[in-house]
Amino acid sequence: MRILALSGSLRRDSYNTQLLRAAVELVPAGAVLELYDGLAVLPPYDADIAPAPAAVVDLRARLAAADAVLIATPEYNGSIPGQLKNALDWASRPFPDSALRNKPIALTGASTGSYGAMWAQADLRRVLGVVGARVVGEELPVAKADEQFGAAGQLVDPELRARLVAHLALLVAEAQRTPIAA
Amino acid sequence: MSVAEQTQQLIPAGTWKSDAVHSSVGFAVKHMVVATFRGEFTEFEATLAGGEEPKLTGVVKAGSVRVQDENLTGHLASPDFFDVERYPELRFESSSIRRDGDALVAPAELTVKGVTMQVEVRGTIAGPVTDPYGGERIGLTLETTIDRTEFGLDWNAPLAGGGFAVGNDVTLTAELELVLEQ
Repeated sequence: MRILALSGSLRRDSYNTQLLRAAVELVPAGAVLELYDGLAVLPPYDADIAPAPAAVVDLRARLAAADAVLIATPEYNGSIPGQLKNALDWASRPFPDSALRNKPIALTGASTGSYGAMWAQADLRRVLGVVGARVVGEELPVAKADEQFGAAGQLVDPELRARLVAHLALLVAEAQRTPIAA
Repeated sequence: MSVAEQTQQLIPAGTWKSDAVHSSVGFAVKHMVVATFRGEFTEFEATLAGGEEPKLTGVVKAGSVRVQDENLTGHLASPDFFDVERYPELRFESSSIRRDGDALVAPAELTVKGVTMQVEVRGTIAGPVTDPYGGERIGLTLETTIDRTEFGLDWNAPLAGGGFAVGNDVTLTAELELVLEQ
């Protein structure tokens, strides 16, 4: 069971990337969570570029090879960052049979405010639905992200940690029941 | 078959199978509150058992859903709507068929996206007639209205002026030309 984890933030000390690093230790037994770090090298989406750039081919291959995907998004001006949308636009082609089609995907989002990127997660859910992905579970907002991580990068709040564990378990369970033939 | 025999039985005995070329299965739903939007399923099979206890069964391939726009067709097939990978078939099975005045009434079980609900289908029957090749044909028009959200097809988008992009009530229609199996 391979989970590809995408952080929507490019910032070196991104809380969303930290959240995904913390998730590495929290996946169910038998599952492996791999962080994708190619977001910054994807060119702006352009349907005229053919064949697809190597970075795009790499992203699509990693998505195709993954059984499930976990996306952690920050919230920029009330929505998902442009570079995350750009990655999803590349990954969604060819439509409808892209590497995202029917892919179980769980969402989370960290912000230093009180809402934990809820609007961004809602927008991300809508985008992934149109793309044809299988969004699993509810939003998982991580508010006050600057207070959530210990010195070793671990989640300090046991309740949040438990919620992330449950979130990942739900994602893996969904991936295990996909596809079903009848 | 004499006229007297036909009046005794709503549908003459035998197994009647849908003629794929001359039959259609579709749906209609309110779009943007003001208009009616239609789509169809291009692959289906209906079987009508005639005789004392007539019964109609139908299987529709969910992945054959078609609308004019291929992006929308792709979205309709995705987990947001029919989720055709997980639920490849829609099923219809009447428990009986009776006449109510000029109308045909068939209480039935309808299964969409893995959810089975009781529905009442109303319509008309014409025939049988003898076709140029010596076969016997019956025409059925059937219609029922369901609440799509009861079957888990609950995608929507709010409109700025109030209301939602897609109505919840969906009218399902079948126009069937059925041929008596020899």
